[in-house]
Amino acid sequence: MAMRLNKHKTFKTGGIHPHDNKLSAQVAITPLSLPKMVTIPIIQHIGAPAKIVVQRGDIVKTGQILATHEGFVSSNIHSSVSGRIGVIEEVMDSTGFKHTAVNIRVKGDDWEEAIDRTDTLVEEIKFSPKEIVSRIMEAGVVGMGGAAFPSHVKLSVPEGKHIDHLLINGVECEPYLTADHRVMLEKPKEIIVGIKILMKALGVQKAIIGIEDNKADAIEIFQQLLKNEKHIGVEALEVHYPQGGEKQLIQALLNREVPSGGLPADVGVIVHNVGTTYAVYEAVQKNKPLIERVVTVTGKSVKQPSNFLVRIGTPVIDLLIAAGGVPEDTGKIVSGGPMMGKAIADLDVPIAKGTSGILLIPKDEASRSEVYNCVHCGKCIEACPMGLEPYRLLIMSKKGNNKRAKEEHILDCIECGSCSFVCPSNRPILDYIRLGKTQLKKQKSV
Amino acid sequence: MSAGLLTVSPSPHIHTDLTVPQIMRGVIIAMIPALVFSVYNFGLGAVYVTLLAILFCVVIEYSIARYLLKRPASIYDGSAVITGMLLAFNVPTNLPWHIILIGSAVAIGIGKMSFGGLGNNPFNPALVGRVFLLLSFPVEMTSWPKAGATWSLDATTSATPLGILKDGLRAGDTVPELMNQMPSYADFFFGLQGGSLGEMSAFAILLGLIYMLYRKIITWHIPVSMLITIALMTGIFWLVDPTRFANPLFHLLTGGVMLGAVFMATDYVTSPFTHRGMIVFGVGIGVLTVVIRLFGSYPEGVSFAILIMNAFVPIINSYAKQPRYGSKSQRHKAYQEKLEKELTSTK
Ligand code: SF4
Ligand code: SF4
Repeated sequence: MAMRLNKHKTFKTGGIHPHDNKLSAQVAITPLSLPKMVTIPIIQHIGAPAKIVVQRGDIVKTGQILATHEGFVSSNIHSSVSGRIGVIEEVMDSTGFKHTAVNIRVKGDDWEEAIDRTDTLVEEIKFSPKEIVSRIMEAGVVGMGGAAFPSHVKLSVPEGKHIDHLLINGVECEPYLTADHRVMLEKPKEIIVGIKILMKALGVQKAIIGIEDNKADAIEIFQQLLKNEKHIGVEALEVHYPQGGEKQLIQALLNREVPSGGLPADVGVIVHNVGTTYAVYEAVQKNKPLIERVVTVTGKSVKQPSNFLVRIGTPVIDLLIAAGGVPEDTGKIVSGGPMMGKAIADLDVPIAKGTSGILLIPKDEASRSEVYNCVHCGKCIEACPMGLEPYRLLIMSKKGNNKRAKEEHILDCIECGSCSFVCPSNRPILDYIRLGKTQLKKQKSV
Repeated sequence: MSAGLLTVSPSPHIHTDLTVPQIMRGVIIAMIPALVFSVYNFGLGAVYVTLLAILFCVVIEYSIARYLLKRPASIYDGSAVITGMLLAFNVPTNLPWHIILIGSAVAIGIGKMSFGGLGNNPFNPALVGRVFLLLSFPVEMTSWPKAGATWSLDATTSATPLGILKDGLRAGDTVPELMNQMPSYADFFFGLQGGSLGEMSAFAILLGLIYMLYRKIITWHIPVSMLITIALMTGIFWLVDPTRFANPLFHLLTGGVMLGAVFMATDYVTSPFTHRGMIVFGVGIGVLTVVIRLFGSYPEGVSFAILIMNAFVPIINSYAKQPRYGSKSQRHKAYQEKLEKELTSTK
């Protein structure tokens, strides 16, 4: 219960304080050298896989479309390199599942002419809200904070809902990750234009950027740049996990709560991540599809923790080599952050639109330790940001009592992992909650 | 590097350092100051009783798990050691070994293992053992050696301040008269008073409390709410009639209040889950303690108060819940209307 003088805002229910370990915060973004080969999955987003429009042997340019979205909740996929299409096959991606992907052998770096590759800041927004949404859709922009939900879908507000706030998520509450932090430091003006584009598309008058106070430099830059902006604010937030959860950010900044089973739009809010906002700027103002992103490569034993600008489809191993090689003691490799990321089994897994970081965990921290009985300490309950009772959800899911679990709002769980993190008995709480949720979803679809 | 060597497990991939063995070790460390003070005041009897109780508890838990329940013994979590220490802290330093053995058997066998071991017991095992001994061996359990560095095992016995008070009041003396026969408050604070092994020095127990708060093993909710309740209640009675009721400071520093508030009531397993629940629990223990002390036939009531409140924990848990995220709109009509207004005003 640390008392601080200038207490910043935070969410009200639960939460934890893991070490933030932002090892690469002071390392500038460097472009990773072009890979020899990329593997681009045709599904990197929530929704339907895109439909492939190229064939083996085709020569493609950087930025050329490879697969078009199928239906509305889907996303275009572009080539991140120039070269020749190789085999189109099923590969293991960072979710741990096999998905169809297009292999491209890289040759040169020949971009589509329509893409503006200069660094000039384009401030004037020439497009109508409709055009903005369609440009974002064409460019294949998805949420880059991890969930990879297609951004144009979020911008198409359902009939009857009124949005009064756009929240920009610059929280980056996952320990270790610094990709968003670096983008905020290095591309703040572009992000601000991106925010204005999103505001125009949504027709909202008010936007707030939320940033955790361990990124004081980023907060300061935005405060400077936004001094004369009446409609865009910056808010420093306490370092408190999971501050960057959509629902938690809304509670922290606006003191509103998204109802169970509802969407942010139900309380008048749309949330976009800062990385996504930058991609929106590039898509709308520069005509550039989402073909590269910033990825943090980090871990306690990593020689040079780094932030790389990486072409989508680059194999993980290339990033690891650029960061000084795979340390001897590596026991686990995680795509994403330590709290919500996925462990990967294979170093050829390609970087996807939603990959914010690659984290190397040493052997001694990689495996779980002995599980004890629940000692009823209540720490999981005090930690749950959704106000659930995780220890009971575990018991119910274990017994297969999914109906009870549903009544206890198991479906509200945002899978933040706080409960498993704090449990002194090392109980696999979230594992069982996931199991229960999956079973409930299966029951529903039958 | 071969991929087969990588661990693949679901998130989260990091975990707090505060695991059960760490916590148990922390609690044991927190009890050491009280033990040291006890040795200083009562001599080596304190160490002898503590070691015996720990030994009995660990051996009994191991045997029950291995030979009766036929499952791996869970003594490495350290909880049996704590039960043993807490039992020892709650008995006189000159208790014969066979009574310690019986107390340990009841604490572990009935108080803990009969419910399924660590995590399943509704009542604090050490207190179950203690109360059993108090009822079965009232004489041995209430003859305390005299404090003040008596370094032999069979020293003269003395009454506790609470005992002096209760008997004196029964005999018709007033509180101020009785206070003259007692050690000073400084003696209470540092433990120069008669009583059970680990309960005398408020100072030593407070050191343990600070350590446990610092390590985030426990939160302030139970001890603080319990102590404030006792202070307030005894304070009111004292203001009403200072000749019949002792002052709050006396009540806080004597008997098992400090030991109970810091080490017994804060047991995870037998206390509520949420901070709100913990406050209800602490207040309940405080009220019951004062009622038993002032109006019951026993001079001391902390153990009974904690055991009674242990029984209420399931009920407290079902009411004192964390507010669920998203329930705000259902809970507060006003909130809903305010939001509605915010949303329409910007239209
Ligand atoms: S993972 Fe789910 S149950 Fe566990 S703390 Fe997070 S929201 Fe609560
Ligand atoms: S944190 Fe673990 S031990 Fe504590 S109540 Fe929850 S499940 Fe039980």
